[in-house]
Amino acid sequence: MRPPRIPIGHWLGVLPFFVFSGLFLIAPTLVLAYRSLEGSEGGLTLANYSQLASDTVLSSYGMSIKISLTTAVLGGLIGFFIAWAVAMGGLPPRFRLITSTFSGVAANFAGVPLASAYVFTLGRVGIITALFKLLGVDLYRSGFSLYSFFGLTLVYLYFQIPLMVLTILPALDGLKREWREAAENLGATSFQYWRHVALPVLTPSILGTMILLFGNAFGAHATAYALTGGLFDLATLLIGRQISGDVLHNPGLGYAVAMGMVFIMAFSILIYSFLQRRSERWLR
Amino acid sequence: MTTSSLPASTKVKSSAIRNRLSSWLILTIMSLYFLIPLGATFYWSLRGKKDVLGFEAYRKLFADTNFLPSFSQSIVNAVATIFLSLLIVVPTAYWVTLRLPKLRPVVEFITLLPFVIPAVVLVFGIIRLYSSPPLLLTATYNSSRVVLICVYVALSFPYMFRSVDNGLRAIDVKTLTEAAQSLGANWGTILFKVIFPNLRVALLAGALLTFAIVIGELTIALYMAQHTLGPYMADLTRSKVYEPSAMAIVAFAITWAAMGIIDFVGRGASRHAQMSDSD
Repeated sequence: MRPPRIPIGHWLGVLPFFVFSGLFLIAPTLVLAYRSLEGSEGGLTLANYSQLASDTVLSSYGMSIKISLTTAVLGGLIGFFIAWAVAMGGLPPRFRLITSTFSGVAANFAGVPLASAYVFTLGRVGIITALFKLLGVDLYRSGFSLYSFFGLTLVYLYFQIPLMVLTILPALDGLKREWREAAENLGATSFQYWRHVALPVLTPSILGTMILLFGNAFGAHATAYALTGGLFDLATLLIGRQISGDVLHNPGLGYAVAMGMVFIMAFSILIYSFLQRRSERWLR
Repeated sequence: MTTSSLPASTKVKSSAIRNRLSSWLILTIMSLYFLIPLGATFYWSLRGKKDVLGFEAYRKLFADTNFLPSFSQSIVNAVATIFLSLLIVVPTAYWVTLRLPKLRPVVEFITLLPFVIPAVVLVFGIIRLYSSPPLLLTATYNSSRVVLICVYVALSFPYMFRSVDNGLRAIDVKTLTEAAQSLGANWGTILFKVIFPNLRVALLAGALLTFAIVIGELTIALYMAQHTLGPYMADLTRSKVYEPSAMAIVAFAITWAAMGIIDFVGRGASRHAQMSDSD
């Protein structure tokens, strides 16, 4: 086979890709990384990172992590059960189709419209809030608020669950029918099959996707911004306030907060791709 | 056929019924969770006029002097993003598949970056890099807009690359390329007349996904002070009572349309592929 002749453009085909990624993804991040290491009187230092332990930063990081963990685990479990129901629950196949199409929509419905939808549902004058009032329960007097950890968790799940459904459905399809039959022929109950065959095979996918969900919630900004006007105690919103006007009164610390997010995201993506590779061993 | 019906068929049957019942239960509860916010929003959007249900909120939204300009600006941004992204990603995926397989890990690593760098961090870096001399690219509204589109292009790489890469795997790129070459086609002809048409479905999927993401994007546009749909929607929720509900429904319809077309076309394509496989 004769290799096709390539003009000088051996690299020309991929050059624009690298130029764009370099200018608009990598360089901006490197600038933040460099500035985060810059001391207030010049010179390189880790002083900015040591100030990450301040109360303001820790509380917003803490809330971000708390919401991301909660919605990753809850969204992961609920999404898994939905995927199980439509893939192997014995329902008519069109439910699977509707579920996966709707998941595609809902997973991409984050941002301002989602926040509005929840304000109209569970905000102070939302429909559900009003219904509860008719039943004699004042949600907001009894401690509920849409603009709290609990409220935000409820909102985030709206895009977290569908993302889980979308990513775990193919994994469920990867469970081979022969494994189930072999287990049954050996006298295994349905529980034993799940406990000893299906779940061990699925665990890397499930964990991996939960980590994906964690990152998805951790980096989310638009929905929380629209819901709380940017004032809630989240790491992304703190960075937003830092962009608009140095709320930390320390530019260097702002860069360190931003880089801290990048490190956490990078770490979770790393674990995710490791688990993804493991799950590919069985599920092809 | 299978042997699964052999042991204790009644037990298997009862567990199948139990499975179906719990599946219905899960789907019913989750449908409520997902549909109630949409229903509530739709109901609000119909109450724009006192005591009558109607489309007053939609009429007011479309009549708002800021709505159409920001909407059309976002559409233009999205279309520009899609074209640029296609122009960059298709050759890259093609070259990586055919000519430079060693580059694949590097390209795949780069397509992970948009997930590693949160949007708010990225725009922070963009502002620090391009809003001060010597690289003053955000001096005017329009130059900022160009930067915004370029950032969107970079953010679309993961979706676009994955779609195009899947599309390339589905066709035999090598054979098609060699066939075209042996007929005397040059690289431009091969790319535009052979590869592009064969990737129609994949390109459409990548393009529509990008559209759905860019059209209402808030974070980056907000901090770059762009008057696009995302910041407009955020303003609306603070200043108006009924219009935001109409806006949310319109946004949901747009997302639904984009995803629906991807599914519909994708299913048609896979049926087509299955049919030609069985020949």
